[in-house]
Amino acid sequence: MSATLSSHSTLPGAIKNLNVAKALGRRRSRASTVVKALCVLATLIGLALLASILLTLIVRGFGGIGLGVFTEVTKPPGSNGGLLNAIVGSLIQTVIGVAIGTPVGLLVGTYLAEYARGSTLGNAVRFVSDVLLSAPSILIGLFIYQLVVAPFGGFSGIAGCIALAVIVIPIVVRTTEDMLSLIPVAMREAAMALGAPKWKMIVQVCYRAAKDGIVTGVLLAVARVAGETAPLLFTSLGNLNWSLSLTKPMASLPVTIYQYAGSAFDDWVQLAWVGALLITFGVLAINILARVVLRGGK
Amino acid sequence: MQQARRTASRGANLGDFVFASLTRIAGVFVLVLLGAIIVTLFIGGLPAFEKFGVGFLTSTDWDPVQEVYGAAVPVFGTVVTAVLALIVSVPLAFGIAFYLTELAPQWLRRPVGTAIELLAAVPSIIYGMWGFFVIVPIMAQYIQPAVIDSVGELPLIGPLFGGPAFGTGILTAALILAVMIIPFIAATMRDVFLTVPPVFKESAYGLGCTTWEVMRSIVIPYTRTSVVGGIMLGLGRALGETMAVTFVIGNTNRIATTLFGPGNTIASLVALEFPESQSGSLKLSALLALGFILFVISFIVLAISRVLLRPRLKV
Repeated sequence: MSATLSSHSTLPGAIKNLNVAKALGRRRSRASTVVKALCVLATLIGLALLASILLTLIVRGFGGIGLGVFTEVTKPPGSNGGLLNAIVGSLIQTVIGVAIGTPVGLLVGTYLAEYARGSTLGNAVRFVSDVLLSAPSILIGLFIYQLVVAPFGGFSGIAGCIALAVIVIPIVVRTTEDMLSLIPVAMREAAMALGAPKWKMIVQVCYRAAKDGIVTGVLLAVARVAGETAPLLFTSLGNLNWSLSLTKPMASLPVTIYQYAGSAFDDWVQLAWVGALLITFGVLAINILARVVLRGGK
Repeated sequence: MQQARRTASRGANLGDFVFASLTRIAGVFVLVLLGAIIVTLFIGGLPAFEKFGVGFLTSTDWDPVQEVYGAAVPVFGTVVTAVLALIVSVPLAFGIAFYLTELAPQWLRRPVGTAIELLAAVPSIIYGMWGFFVIVPIMAQYIQPAVIDSVGELPLIGPLFGGPAFGTGILTAALILAVMIIPFIAATMRDVFLTVPPVFKESAYGLGCTTWEVMRSIVIPYTRTSVVGGIMLGLGRALGETMAVTFVIGNTNRIATTLFGPGNTIASLVALEFPESQSGSLKLSALLALGFILFVISFIVLAISRVLLRPRLKV
């Protein structure tokens, strides 16, 4: 660089231009550095927020974890209640909701990936499913209230299950379609060439090849609905007593957390934090498991 | 032999027919589901629409005693909190996406990306508790008094930052919403940034562009529509968020004149008022009508988002 400079030093104009260019270059790289620093800062803020949430949960919730949380049902303030009915209720509703939603989602995803490529109906279904994926979950709750709770005499666990199933469907549709689309044509052709009908090819070859991806979708659906509160407020309502009946109001962890966190009793608020800790780490663990399953398949 | 082959092929045809029909029925079911949600909410809200007419949209009343209901306040709160949340979250999400695609060392990309995505997996009720017990005290003790004493004294924008420092309110709700939608916007932006062909970027680097110049002149123009689509996706999420907002917005049916003032959103109002509504009452109908309005707004936003994103990305 200095050699070039000296060889042209007889031309004052060139020197000036070079200095201008150097200054410009400095400014450009400075601008770049500033933006890079801001981006690093943004990422650090994002990570700090996650850390803050997790730390808050651990600090406030960990001290309250005891055997009683898992063996006692919710009780009036001051009498050492637990969260047993809420945990069991959440498990029941999540499992049934996912069990109803998954087959439907699987079939829709199959339809989109195998039968409806480029068709108008297929595009419409894909569009609607995508919208449902991000639709406000509280409206699903209102919908099921009008459809199931109001006509059939009251809040019930099964209404909660149905609301969760509606949320599960688009999640499973999305992953199923994506995973089926990734399966190589050669694999399908091989199955067809052996004389397998299309449905057998799909069920025995494509589903098997896409198994990890489909399992990932189901796990993500479990993680999503396990933490849902709003749709359950209007369907299974919550229940402070022990009840396994699907036709009666049923407790769930998120709704119990909601009721307890806003209460004026210290032991209830403490239990809300314990519940929040359990549900968050449960959900995050399932999420990470889903990623591991997906990566293991590749 | 021929008989056997015919039976086999008929069996295959039948199996194919049954399976194809099943998947098609499931597909149509999804369409019916969306239609049913819209129709159910509309029919449920019909008594309120009939009673108040167009005035339902412009009325700021919410008076269960006199049975007068209007949607203006919650609609205002819904839109304002969502838009404020976007203003806060878009620059942060952009920074994160830029960092994850261009700046971060390869080994760091996956763990950091996963951590940001986990932020999206945290249930919304947890954001509500975190907001109420952690962010609200910080707002009340430090941020709001400081802002009221400094920015609040300025002409023009000063009045926006007035009012008592309760910690809750429109701005706090918007901040919590911003945190909740950052991962959605950041993940979408990262995915669309990754669709830029490396050759484009390499040629710009070859011409001596800095990283930021490549971002500004190559990556952003190439992905502009999809980036807007990702932002709309975040907006759609923010509009319908319920539990987190309910905890921190203050829940007052009044149009807030300051950012620290309390307010409500459609979702928070529905969540709070629903337990006190009799089945078949006008109040319940008004809540369902609000739900219908929210559904229409989110549907439009999400539809735009999808149209913008689809060409670049299968979202």
